[in-house]
Amino acid sequence: MTTVQVVNVSLPALSEGWSAEKDFKAVGTLSGATQRNLEPVGPHFLAHARRKRHQRTFSEDERIQAQQNVKKTEEEEDDDISEDEDPMMLSRDAKDWKSQDHYAVLGLTKYRWRATPEQIKRAHRKKVLRHHPDKKAAMGDRDENDSFFKCIQKANEVLLDATKRRQFDSVDEAADVDPPSKKEVAKGNFFKLWRPVFESEGRFSKIQPVPKLGDDNSSFEEVDNFYNFWYNFDSWRTFEYLDEDVPDDNENRDQKRHVEKKNANARRKRKTEDIARLRHLVDDCAAQDERIKKFRKAARADKDKKRLEKEAEAKRLVEEKEKARLEEEQRKKDAEEAAKAEREKNKKAKEAAKNATKKNKRVLKGSVKEVNYFADGEASASQVDSVLTDVDLVISKIDAEELAGLAERLTAAGKDAAAVKNAYAEEVKRLVGAGKLKEGEAKNF
Amino acid sequence: MSDETNGAPGRFAIGISFGNTSSSIARINPEGKPEVIANEEGDRQIPSVLSYIDGEEYHGTQAKAQLVRNSKNTVAYFRDYLGKDFKSIDATPCHNSAHPQPHESTVAFSIVDSTNEAPSTVTVSEIATRHLRRLKQSASDYLGKEVNAAVITVPTDFSDAQREALIASANAAGLEVLQLIHEPVAAALAYDARPEATVTDKLVVVADLGGTRSDAAVLACRGGMYSILATAHDYELGGSSLDKIIIDHFAKEFIKKHKTDPREDARGLAKLKLEGEASRKTLSLGTNASLSIESLADGIDFGSTVNRTRFELLSGKVFAQFTGLIEQVIQKAGLDVLDIDEVIFSGGASHTPKIAQLARNIFSEKTNILAPSTFASAINPSELAPRGAAIQASLIQEFDKEDIEQSIHPMVTATPHLKNAIGVEITSGEAIEFKPLLNAETALPARRLAQYSAPKDGGDVLIRVCEGVREIKVTKPEPKPKEEKPEDDSDFDSDEDEEEETREIVWKTEKPIAELAVKGVKAGSKVELMVHVNTDLGLQITAREVGGQNAVRGAI
Repeated sequence: MTTVQVVNVSLPALSEGWSAEKDFKAVGTLSGATQRNLEPVGPHFLAHARRKRHQRTFSEDERIQAQQNVKKTEEEEDDDISEDEDPMMLSRDAKDWKSQDHYAVLGLTKYRWRATPEQIKRAHRKKVLRHHPDKKAAMGDRDENDSFFKCIQKANEVLLDATKRRQFDSVDEAADVDPPSKKEVAKGNFFKLWRPVFESEGRFSKIQPVPKLGDDNSSFEEVDNFYNFWYNFDSWRTFEYLDEDVPDDNENRDQKRHVEKKNANARRKRKTEDIARLRHLVDDCAAQDERIKKFRKAARADKDKKRLEKEAEAKRLVEEKEKARLEEEQRKKDAEEAAKAEREKNKKAKEAAKNATKKNKRVLKGSVKEVNYFADGEASASQVDSVLTDVDLVISKIDAEELAGLAERLTAAGKDAAAVKNAYAEEVKRLVGAGKLKEGEAKNF
Repeated sequence: MSDETNGAPGRFAIGISFGNTSSSIARINPEGKPEVIANEEGDRQIPSVLSYIDGEEYHGTQAKAQLVRNSKNTVAYFRDYLGKDFKSIDATPCHNSAHPQPHESTVAFSIVDSTNEAPSTVTVSEIATRHLRRLKQSASDYLGKEVNAAVITVPTDFSDAQREALIASANAAGLEVLQLIHEPVAAALAYDARPEATVTDKLVVVADLGGTRSDAAVLACRGGMYSILATAHDYELGGSSLDKIIIDHFAKEFIKKHKTDPREDARGLAKLKLEGEASRKTLSLGTNASLSIESLADGIDFGSTVNRTRFELLSGKVFAQFTGLIEQVIQKAGLDVLDIDEVIFSGGASHTPKIAQLARNIFSEKTNILAPSTFASAINPSELAPRGAAIQASLIQEFDKEDIEQSIHPMVTATPHLKNAIGVEITSGEAIEFKPLLNAETALPARRLAQYSAPKDGGDVLIRVCEGVREIKVTKPEPKPKEEKPEDDSDFDSDEDEEEETREIVWKTEKPIAELAVKGVKAGSKVELMVHVNTDLGLQITAREVGGQNAVRGAI
């Protein structure tokens, strides 16, 4: 639509006196249009339909289409797997295929181990189209040298075979990324410098996907997982590709065995070295990893806090115990003192009672003596004895209070023998009534 | 269509030209070029014939061969019966194959298509389905991938009922019909999709000369979009009319020798027809064609030859009918032969060299006659329709069904077309010249860009945008005839093509539209003019010096 018709006719010069606003003058209108059906066929109709349905103008539609085209070509370019060959590579000898960079031969250096089999296939086709000996012959190239074509075929053979490709990838040094030095990391950019290293090392992992290095905000679990993964790295890397050729002539079997043994040893050694190298690399990385320090610090802070808490708790417990103990002691002491006081008081009371009883007894005994043992004259010894026996009997049967009562009454009675006798008689009577004395036991009362 | 090409997944589309006589299948090959697919027998033009023997189905050339021995169970020329009732069909082409019969609202054939003896009635839709299924199978076998969608070409006079019937048949055959496109447009598209073709405004006559019928159409091709201006049909004329001449010729020779008319015997006629057709095709390439038929009539073997000159002499009248059809359609479109920029010959009968040569004489020297005998890089006329269909199929197969339907909806297709050309009037001295920029019949909206030279010494220039009409200027008499006219000139019923006249197209300014002044143009530079016409006939005109910043703009 945008093709420009070039008309080789000179436009007339502007005549004198012609003037118009903004140099434009509408003179007439178009005569009416005829309504017809367009045939809905062909790319230009599709463009028309697109414009009409989305109500775009020509320029809008062109712009949108152009954008899409750009996008498409970008994608295609991105997809472009053709690279020009290094002239040195073109003159390679196909016999020396072990040392050739298969990816470079196929023009896949951008992708290397990332190249998909599909890409390899297409790259191979492209290279073959360009370097096929027949094509060279057709171009009039007399040179019979088709070594580069052989190189292409060998590269394709190696890269399309999964096992052989792994063997090659294992020793593909061009795909390795050297770890950054301490100095470089010290300047910052830890993640930027180390990420490609682990990405390239990750290609050997039997476990895919490989955990990412992450960034400053990675959680402890992520970082922990990352380093655990790398310290327990399960690699498929093999070093068979570097094997020395085993002589396949049957003449010297010993020599063959020797080489095979040597190869096996070399492989093992390289593998061990590789494992050590990787461990060392991860160590380096971990040593430079600020996140680990951060987490450690955080962990330490956490631990300290816990410890302090624990200590405070212990202290509190001890204090509480002490306090309880003191209280207990105080309580005991108080109780003891109270008991002592009580005891003393009791003792005094007892003594007082004893004294009173003694006194009362003495009163009792004295009272009978006062009345002369109820005898009218000098009382005989037997009389005295019997009266005193009865008094003792009463005393032994009577308790302290009654004794006091009796003593009182007796004191009141004084020297009145009848009153004394009466008091005794009453007491004896009461005691008999209480069952403490038998009738007639106290003969005198 | 929409920008998102999410499309139907797993759709694999081809182009099918489903003809009355023969069909073709085409696809876009990985290099992006359309390619007609050969069926398992190696035929690219697969006869639209189905034949049944003991329940076994034969298709294409094999079935066509059965027309002689097994004509009752062979179905041919059935495309035109699709979606029609019995009353409106012309059964003449089926004289020596299974005869069409009325069946409910459609047409059916009574054929023995299974192992039992009793004939069964098979509708024309069913036949079409079987035919399309075979075509689909051939394509799938060739491509090694299940074909499940197609763009099918149809004649311009295909009614809605016929379209529906065709779509139903195709769906029954497991083909999603992405679109039905007109045969002449498919042919034009096949030519315009060649990598060397440029998008130009042109008027094209497509002459589709088929086996049993011929169609002609005038297309206005404007900026790659096609509008049909007129169509003409002749349902009697076609390759079979030419075959009949050859058949009659050989029959007469046979009668001369053996006193029996082989045409009276159905089998003899069928044999003559098959061989006659082969001879006619041979004559399109070589100058001589031989024919030999075993046991043509009464057990007599027949062998003879015919050369091209004789054939052309005999066919003069039929050829004139072909050219007459072309002229008729141009007249119908209200145009003159001088307006036609391109004549595309399509269809099997277009291989006949004489027809194109005759057309060459009708049109002016500037007109391209795209036929094998007049145009060295012409595409095989039989392959135009399928190629066009395949191109269209590749364009739209990504789109959703709904998307396609929306795009071919009349809302989108019905557009106003310019009545008169828009151009620039150029006055150099006394002479006033009109240079068309947008031609008449351009679908709107349209936009065109053109660059005009500035005057030699630069300065201010005036651009007069005008509407113009073309007139046929007839100058006569001329002392000497401009070109030798062929002997069959008398057959033309055109009175304007007399030998003495010189006719040319002259543009006249009809009415001015706008004037623009571009000031201070440098000497030797160019002025670029862009005209944009809206559907409502509004115009936006922009003019500026090429490489300049300041533009003069205006709208009407």
